[in-house]
Amino acid sequence: MTVRVQTEDFNVGDEIKRLQGSRKDIGAIVSFVGLVRDINDGDAVAQLTLEHYPGMTEKSLNKIVDEAKVRWNIMDVLVIHRVGTMQPCDQIVLVAVAGAHRGEAFAACEFVMDYLKTEAPFWKKEQTPSGERWVEAKESDDSAKARWN
Amino acid sequence: MKIKLFYFARLKETLKYSTEDLELESSAEWTVLKLKNYLAQRGDVWGQMLMGKLKVRAAINHELVHDGAVIHDGDEVAFFPPVTGG
Repeated sequence: MTVRVQTEDFNVGDEIKRLQGSRKDIGAIVSFVGLVRDINDGDAVAQLTLEHYPGMTEKSLNKIVDEAKVRWNIMDVLVIHRVGTMQPCDQIVLVAVAGAHRGEAFAACEFVMDYLKTEAPFWKKEQTPSGERWVEAKESDDSAKARWN
Repeated sequence: MKIKLFYFARLKETLKYSTEDLELESSAEWTVLKLKNYLAQRGDVWGQMLMGKLKVRAAINHELVHDGAVIHDGDEVAFFPPVTGG
């Protein structure tokens, strides 16, 4: 299980290959990539800055991945979350799950994202034409997390 | 007892504090809520931010906790708005 918090961009293909490694028993790899959009809440977004809590960020992501392992019989999980300043179209986060079959891999991937959105200590700040603003947490993210209770 | 405090995102920006060392009266039991109230007494933005409309989440030693969680000597306490990663 690998969790990385970094400023650098990542290559999804390379990371998935690395996740598979030399294992011959992986039948499914499900991945999610989160991207920066150029619009949010009706306003144009020129730039996004991701702040985080060094120390807690990695712990939080590891805890979420550990929980996914308990709930589903999966073989490996990779989470990469970028921090710092990004532009529209940039990649923010990658969650990849390897399993024997697609059922558990899909479920675990969605679970990790739903928990990451509500528990991992990251905060987004947008630059819009009218100035900078902090992104508000969404109730829909709390609802998404609650589905897994 | 001594604790280390961290503030993040909009909280840090408005309070103009990212971290501070705080000494609290040892005889009392300090919960997260009691600490929020205590810091709010500093007035102005402290009251607005910590006991106002903005939801303030807390972590003790890198674990998310509720307002009733008890703080101990040497703990690292962090206050921040609801998270928005991903």
